[in-house]
Amino acid sequence: MLQITGLSKTFNPGTINEKVALTDVNLTLEEGDFVTIIGGNGAGKSTLMNMISGVFPVDAGQILIDGVDVTKLPEFKRAKYLGRVFQDPMMGTAANMWVSENLAIASRRGKRRGLSWGMKHKEQAGFKEQLAELGLGLEDRMSTSMSLLSGGQRQAVTLLMATMQNPKLLLLDEHTAALDPKTASIVLELTDRLVSENNLTTMMITHNMKDAIAHGNRLIMMNNGQIVYDVKGEEKKNLTVQDLLNKFSEVSDGEFANDRMMLSK
Amino acid sequence: MMAFINSLPGACAQGIIWGIMAIGVFITFRIMDIADLSVDGSFATGGAVMVMSMTSGLPLPVAMLLAFVSGCIAGWVTGIFHTKFGIPAILSGILTQLCLYSINLRILGGKANQALSANNYKLLVSLREVGKSLIVAFIFTAIIVVILYRFFGTEIGHALRATGSNPRMASANGINTDTAKIIGLIISNGIVALSGALLSQYQGFADINMGRGAIVIGLAAVIIGEVLFHRIFKNFALKLFGCMIGGVLYYIVLTLVLRLGFDANDLKLFSALVVAVFMGVPFWKNQIKAKTANTGVAAGKEEK
Repeated sequence: MLQITGLSKTFNPGTINEKVALTDVNLTLEEGDFVTIIGGNGAGKSTLMNMISGVFPVDAGQILIDGVDVTKLPEFKRAKYLGRVFQDPMMGTAANMWVSENLAIASRRGKRRGLSWGMKHKEQAGFKEQLAELGLGLEDRMSTSMSLLSGGQRQAVTLLMATMQNPKLLLLDEHTAALDPKTASIVLELTDRLVSENNLTTMMITHNMKDAIAHGNRLIMMNNGQIVYDVKGEEKKNLTVQDLLNKFSEVSDGEFANDRMMLSK
Repeated sequence: MMAFINSLPGACAQGIIWGIMAIGVFITFRIMDIADLSVDGSFATGGAVMVMSMTSGLPLPVAMLLAFVSGCIAGWVTGIFHTKFGIPAILSGILTQLCLYSINLRILGGKANQALSANNYKLLVSLREVGKSLIVAFIFTAIIVVILYRFFGTEIGHALRATGSNPRMASANGINTDTAKIIGLIISNGIVALSGALLSQYQGFADINMGRGAIVIGLAAVIIGEVLFHRIFKNFALKLFGCMIGGVLYYIVLTLVLRLGFDANDLKLFSALVVAVFMGVPFWKNQIKAKTANTGVAAGKEEK
């Protein structure tokens, strides 16, 4: 479903701020794979996602989504293959628009936009049903401005928006990191449900190693712009947080995992 | 006092015409989140094209259409500067504005102003028929509001609103934000040029300087409309009407200030300061809120 070969990216090359973000990354995801991605700050996790979604141009390498070469496509054209949820709950929705209008925009992802109504009456029943399934009471707040929702509610709506067109690939960039623990677990649960209901190929960055082990069928650890560890199936299921910590200190040359990773044990 | 009351209908008519301009500013400033300064130029372009088209014998609807299109082109240029040249929106607008100064002089045949006498032409609005002008200008505004209301309910309209509200979300949902910004600027400047076309008819001439400071008047009208009606005008169409009412109030206050003996030359200073203060109010409100939150009410609350 996703095929990345030889992907490299350096920011500000040739300057004092030069930062090698990705070095020759190769990664292939099968249809239905749910990969969790862990790694320290600056390991290249978010850069990898941003390269897939087209936020930055690649320096070298190729990205295929479902056999289509998207390496040179602009961000808005790749959107039809992708569902994305960001770390910042403000990022995934249009604050000045209604909840239902946000859903209407997402339901037109990858389609040509014209002069027909941006939200048709018959669509609204479907939106209402989908919102009701979130179990957050949002079905009664369809005409509420997005800005009035809490961070968790916004992330839930963003998740719904990201999954609604059955994307080829769902990209979750630490989408629960900015939420309180209780809300985070609700959103994670929702993630699991939406992913399995729609059988979505998913990549999820997380700083929480427990979550990384508990969710998905495959786990990737990144360090210094490279994939340093890649496990799946039974082996992944049997992992413990201690295993990951050991692995982490091993690959980062004894340099220990950062505080955030320690704390989220 | 009598003189002031007598001048009210005229002030209202001019206010409505400038209110149309304010609706154009509302589209960029509020919906697209772009401060577009090209309107100072496109307003005069609209007036110039209107006058020259009429005097060269074209029928009024054609002249109005040409004025609208000329504004649209100006907006397109700003959009291209901004999205394809990577120039910040404010600077793009300033560049277009400067281009338009030369272009407007060309349109006006190298003269600083050109007359369009209501004696010789049948015009939509005119100083000589203030009553009729009021009605026509109002109907004109209503038509624009209806069309815009319809437009911003379409898929493209939603795409524009999403781009203004959150460009990253827009891109992530397959919206070409560059195109959306360009469309927004085209529509806005087209409307501004229409407003200029109406003003040139109303005052009976087009002037190279008629758009100078237009952005400030437009912003003043938008902000007056918002400050006064933000609690009752939630609907998009009503917000647009709020701009028009803002324009009318602006001109009523202006007339009053003039009657009180203000020097007409100081008016621009006065308008700019009024806009600055009105734009400062929400900012100060937030600052005061933040201060009281730290010291008083919420002192016991944990910081997140």
